[in-house]
Amino acid sequence: MAKVKGAVTVNQERCKGCDLCVVACPTDVLMLQPKEVNNRGYHFAFMKNPDACIGCASCATVCPDGCIEVYRVTIK
Amino acid sequence: MTVEEIIKPENRVYAKPRLLNDNHMHYCPGCSHGVVHRLIAEIVEEMGIEDKTIGIAPVGCAVFAYNYVDIDWIEAAHGRAPAVATAVKRLNPSRMVFTYQGDGDLAAIGTCETIHAANRGENITIIFINNAIYGMTGGQMAPTTLEGMKTSTTPYGRRIDLNGYPLNITKLVAELDGTCYVTRQAVHTPAAVRKTKAAIKQAFKNSMEGRGTSLVEIVSTCNSGWKMSPVAANKWMEENMFAKYPLGEIKNTVK
Amino acid sequence: MEEVRLMKGNEAIAHAAIRYGADGYFGYPITPQSEILETLEAEMPWETTGMVVLQAESEVAAINMVYAGAACGKAVFTSSSSPGVSLKQEGISYIAAGELPALIVNVMRGGPGLGTIHPSQADYFQATKGGGHGDYHLIVLAPSSVQEMADFVTLGFDLAFKYRTPAMILADGIVGQMMEKVVLPPFRPRRTDEQIAEQCPWAVTGRPATRKPNIMTTLELDSYQMERNNERFQRTYKMIEQNEVRYQEYYTEDADYLIVAFGSIARICLKSIEELRAQGIKIGLIRPITLWPFPYERIAELSKQVKGMLCVEINAGQMIEDVRLAVEGRVQVCHFGRLGGIVPNPNEVVDAFNSYFSDAKK
Repeated sequence: MAKVKGAVTVNQERCKGCDLCVVACPTDVLMLQPKEVNNRGYHFAFMKNPDACIGCASCATVCPDGCIEVYRVTIK
Repeated sequence: MTVEEIIKPENRVYAKPRLLNDNHMHYCPGCSHGVVHRLIAEIVEEMGIEDKTIGIAPVGCAVFAYNYVDIDWIEAAHGRAPAVATAVKRLNPSRMVFTYQGDGDLAAIGTCETIHAANRGENITIIFINNAIYGMTGGQMAPTTLEGMKTSTTPYGRRIDLNGYPLNITKLVAELDGTCYVTRQAVHTPAAVRKTKAAIKQAFKNSMEGRGTSLVEIVSTCNSGWKMSPVAANKWMEENMFAKYPLGEIKNTVK
Repeated sequence: MEEVRLMKGNEAIAHAAIRYGADGYFGYPITPQSEILETLEAEMPWETTGMVVLQAESEVAAINMVYAGAACGKAVFTSSSSPGVSLKQEGISYIAAGELPALIVNVMRGGPGLGTIHPSQADYFQATKGGGHGDYHLIVLAPSSVQEMADFVTLGFDLAFKYRTPAMILADGIVGQMMEKVVLPPFRPRRTDEQIAEQCPWAVTGRPATRKPNIMTTLELDSYQMERNNERFQRTYKMIEQNEVRYQEYYTEDADYLIVAFGSIARICLKSIEELRAQGIKIGLIRPITLWPFPYERIAELSKQVKGMLCVEINAGQMIEDVRLAVEGRVQVCHFGRLGGIVPNPNEVVDAFNSYFSDAKK
């Protein structure tokens, strides 16, 4: 059976750490940086659990700042 | 397969649209405006009408919409966007003209222009961001503020006896013969965002085809004004706003 | 082709605008100027030249439609009368701030408040000193005949586009309502979209791939940039002051006294001057045609020649302040006017002159 693998990149400087992508993710891939902040002082999002990503783009769909790019491959 | 192997241009399934430029948006974290801006950029790009699109920005938080979406824009005086859009469309009938307005702009100071542009059936799209508060000026009561809702000018909650009822202007606009498509959407979940995108696209098509006025209300959050986290604001919106402003298509004479 | 017609001043404005090749008119009915909208609707220029005519829901909507049309590089105008023009002031300020060409017609009636529908010149301050908020000026043209009502449509549009600034025709109920012979200008074609893109590269037209977005906004939160914007506006105003002062003189060569009057009352004053000259008084008239820019220099020169000046205005004394600025106290400057929509007759002006300047006959 084909398996879908995904990954996302977050534009760290554009991200405002609103947390909406974290909540929207169905597979619990994303998290806000607990300590690190970007130049504007926001705890930006990152993939804490990349293996779980299915590339569904839910995070990018709800992102108010267009920070997220989504990649997906189908492994046969 | 490693993350590095997946993150390659040929595997990219989503990136922000080219028309949404790299300027840092001034909106607060989690603000619904950003999502709607992105959708407009995506739709204009997908429809291939960037050379035909003219946006009318309001007064309010979205006053700077023109800084983020790389199309031609006119920034209107407070409430006057539908009048501005009327003239732009009448003088340039081949253009796709839309306004982008908040609840104060559209439903308070601009009620007259909203009603009359829609009643004339101007071939424009009105995108109406309803977050039940004045965001830009610091969280004052809007015409759409819910009963009991606290704002900086209703610090003990909106009282009907003092402030009147929340205004369901979208329902009112749907009653007008000049409107062809009136719908209420939201952008709080991936599914809702997809529906909103389809709605705006439909509205833009109507405007290009000269079918009358389309209005897409987007029930939105203003987490700063509501004094909540973005996630809590979405939840509060679902529990409170949707009761007064239920989502779904209100009028569609096009199908 | 030029055409000679008999018509009201308001009608002349409508016909002149169609012939100018105006792209759009947006207005709202108010006495005594409704014939402008009525004539345009009756002429149906959308069938011939393609000009858009729209009766808006309010004066406020109409002026914002003009702001929009001007932002698209189109030749657009609106008209109203005093209370309606008050409503338009915010929009006019936006048009000035946007450095947009547009034409606004004010056929003045008596105020303040709802006032009267009868003629007045009481909006001089409003027209020449700003009216709306912020540091700006309008080019203000004061017609005194139906012919000038027609001519100033062309002049107003031309100046507005030349300097990218709004221009106003400040008429009054007399010149709006009276009928006279008028030579209408020949028809000019409206500019094409290509001509607009070439002549107005700033115009909002929909962005072709070849250029950056054109954005019409009057908001600038960077104070330093806003100051630079204002300095640019002021440079334009300075240029207009240098190049565009217009006035007309009558019998000033040998004048010992001077009447200063604009618009319709200037014509009434000509009759008064005939009478005063018959009484042996060497008196002349200067009629400012541009109320802004105001002919300060010429009036200053004349103040060195004459012994006194009488400003005749259909108001309580507004232009007189500019005349006194020009005169700088060299001679006495008096005011005569009627209020409430009453138009002075020539004899009243003669009597007013003789009572102020009783030495003149000696």
